[in-house]
Amino acid sequence: MAQIPGMIKGLAVTFNTMMRTFKNGSNTVQYPREKEAPPIRARGVIALHEDNCTSCMLCSRSCPDWCIYIEAHKELAPPRREGGKPRAVNKLDRFDIDYALCMYCGICVEVCPFDALFWSPEYEYSEPSIADLLHDKSKLGEWMETVPAAPELEVGADKKKK
Amino acid sequence: MYSLLAVVIPYWGQSLLRVLGGLVAVLLPAGTIVYVFLFKMMSFMQSRLGPMEAGPYGSMQLFAEVGKWLQKEDIQPHNADKRIFRMAPIIVLMSTFLLVAVVPFGPDAWFTNFETGVFYALAVSSISVLGILMAGWSSANKYSLLGGLRAAGQLIAYELPMVLAVMGVVIQAGTMNLQQIVLAQNAGSIFGTDIVGNPYVLTQFVGFVVFMIAVQAELTQAPFDMPIAESELVSGYMTEYSGFRFLIFFIGEFATAGVFAMIASTLFLGGWGVPFSWFGWTSMDSVANWMNVAGPLIVFTKMMVLVFLIMWIRFSYPRFREDQLQRFAWKVLIPISLANIMVTAVLKVAF
Amino acid sequence: MTILNDPVSAKLGDRAQLSYITSQAADARLNVELETEGMTLNIGPQNPATHGTLRIIARLDGEQVLWAEPSCGYMHRGYEKLTEVRSFPQVTSLINRIDWLGSFANEVPFILAAEKLMGVEAPPRAQWIRTILFELSRIANVSLFLGDLGVQLGAITPVFMAFRDREYVLNLIESATGGRFHPNFDRIGGLKDDLPAGWIDETKSVMKKLRNFCDEIESLLFGNEIFQSRTRGIGVIPRDVAMQYGLSGANLRASGVDWDLRRDQDSPMAWNKVDFKVWTHPDGDSFARCWVRLQETREATKIVDQLLDGIPAGPVMAKVPKIIKVPEGEAWVSTENPLGEMGYYVVSRGDSGPFRVKIRSASFNNISITPWLLRGVYVPDIITILASLYFILGDIDR
Repeated sequence: MAQIPGMIKGLAVTFNTMMRTFKNGSNTVQYPREKEAPPIRARGVIALHEDNCTSCMLCSRSCPDWCIYIEAHKELAPPRREGGKPRAVNKLDRFDIDYALCMYCGICVEVCPFDALFWSPEYEYSEPSIADLLHDKSKLGEWMETVPAAPELEVGADKKKK
Repeated sequence: MYSLLAVVIPYWGQSLLRVLGGLVAVLLPAGTIVYVFLFKMMSFMQSRLGPMEAGPYGSMQLFAEVGKWLQKEDIQPHNADKRIFRMAPIIVLMSTFLLVAVVPFGPDAWFTNFETGVFYALAVSSISVLGILMAGWSSANKYSLLGGLRAAGQLIAYELPMVLAVMGVVIQAGTMNLQQIVLAQNAGSIFGTDIVGNPYVLTQFVGFVVFMIAVQAELTQAPFDMPIAESELVSGYMTEYSGFRFLIFFIGEFATAGVFAMIASTLFLGGWGVPFSWFGWTSMDSVANWMNVAGPLIVFTKMMVLVFLIMWIRFSYPRFREDQLQRFAWKVLIPISLANIMVTAVLKVAF
Repeated sequence: MTILNDPVSAKLGDRAQLSYITSQAADARLNVELETEGMTLNIGPQNPATHGTLRIIARLDGEQVLWAEPSCGYMHRGYEKLTEVRSFPQVTSLINRIDWLGSFANEVPFILAAEKLMGVEAPPRAQWIRTILFELSRIANVSLFLGDLGVQLGAITPVFMAFRDREYVLNLIESATGGRFHPNFDRIGGLKDDLPAGWIDETKSVMKKLRNFCDEIESLLFGNEIFQSRTRGIGVIPRDVAMQYGLSGANLRASGVDWDLRRDQDSPMAWNKVDFKVWTHPDGDSFARCWVRLQETREATKIVDQLLDGIPAGPVMAKVPKIIKVPEGEAWVSTENPLGEMGYYVVSRGDSGPFRVKIRSASFNNISITPWLLRGVYVPDIITILASLYFILGDIDR
């Protein structure tokens, strides 16, 4: 085999690849018609579960490029127990994520102490205008439907942690 | 041509037919080559499908591309030598059209048939050097200049092995008329067996290889694509061209590949003919009339085989360096083809 | 009478002297006429060969380079300064983007430096997974180099093969970390999450594919006589010069220096648990650099295979406080990244973010040799040499 000139071997490589593509199909996907499913953990878009959010601003503060905008006001909610004092709760007025700035690091999802933010692998939300990339809380809430369950862990993983 | 249609056509009609035929003979192979090889074969060699959206299997892609190029702005650099800049692509394409004029497509289907066809073809093929040099110089761009000068050096260096490789064929056939060369191959015999005629690819194999290498270099296809060298010189002499001028260069590149392959198939693979012994023909006059229709198809098939070789090598190899290319031409190809001429001449006299 | 104090003309008569002078003058005129004016060629910042915005200013005589200098900074993003106004967890998402092809490997030395300051060590399972992902990002990085090498030298097919097979590795990194290019998976004290189920088996099958890819590239490119004639003897860096310019990684090993931080340095990673060969090449030319990288890719697939077999069970996160404050101090940690030695000098003043970070990236030091190396070569060789030195623009400009 070592005697075959390298140039002939190179020709054989390209020819074999051509034959393989004929036989087994290509490695590429014809995108708008076929789609590859991204993995469960893929960081596509951030979904907001509004009921869990307490407007604690942790995500907004920990964002490396400060692309989360939160506004809230305090409201009195009925007391938990009969006869108790009314509780003061934060009511979310605005929760916007600017996807034109977001760098998909996932720190906000991780720091959220009340499980209000989730990653969804959805990726088809490009817009013709850059201003439309600012997703408000209703749009972020819609993404909740696409959030998958967390994957099973590999053998040997510490099961106690979530 | 008259006997083909069995009516008498006036002279202007014949001229018109020839011009139309020339356009078809240049543009149809060019389009086929671009689609079959550049779009599809290259993609398959790279584990992908290539264009798939325009038409079934992307077959209309080339029309889409042409439409795109025609819409583009025609940009001319401020410092460019404008008139020369505009002329250059046309000169490059002109050499292709001049070249196709001597290719015979059948016993009567030819544009022009004259005694020094080979000589004419080799002379005309080097006109494109002028166009490339003009493009490189007039663009007022250093990359273009380097590309143009590289192209000039390369094309002139490889003209010589090409001429010398053809010399063997001319000696063996004893004529420079391309029609006669086709006849000599198909009516000939190798050591008395005439089952495949005498295609010169067998008896002139060395000449064929040298010719094909020289064609590869003349076409500036990899591994000889330093004039374009997209990773070094951006796009060489074509850097400043846009829109339909770039389109003309692009057509020129692939049309010339087709026409050179036609000439190579005429010189080495028996051209439009099939071995005459299959049908019991002996001379040009006894060839059946249907060959005028079958001939172009046969030439086309042979051309596709040769272009496949050219493109296969193009998609597989890295490129040479400029000095290595010159060394290869002068120190390897020219001595080999000179030796080939000598051996052919000796054998011709001996037998 | 002597017209000139010239030892040759002193021996001649008047007439002969005159004709001698005229001939000398004619020679001088001819020399002035034939002397060619040099040409300055700006290769880049937009040349397709510089994969990024590096500009090489080259003074040419014909096709020969008389003098060349790289001019960088077109893509300077100021990461060292940016880190000063970010907290420690935020910094990892930034430094992902330094060497964007092997981004996981960028995180590791920074996190190790922060861990060193805090005095925590990641649990063994986290160390092993870190090492596996580190080697995967090395494969993703270097396999693209192998394809890109073909494009720089004029072959168009290898780059598509590289993209095809790198895709498998990126899918693996994505399914484990969530990000294809910017994983941001390392945390101080361990990893963000454990591996998903089925990942180990998938990785093993991908490693087979990549060894096959290495074979294909070897027969398509490295065995090609044209490739060899383009790279052998071009851009030779002798051993001493390589060390003087502070090269690292495969560029240094190709000059015959047997130096690899994975083996030579004691770090809390799993490299000392596996046996692997550090490839060197005595020649120091472009071919040697490319060949060493090819062998390293093969070696990396073997390292990953070995690590997958012995991955320990347990948690992936050590006990660290929720709000990270790094104690006062300074630490320097460097690792053997895909491009060479990459290190972070982290100064902390006890805040939630670093006070100052100095980033030592491999490419910046590696291209510092180009003015020395490019003198006297031809224009196509500039491209060969730059391709074989292998830099990532983000790694130069940071």
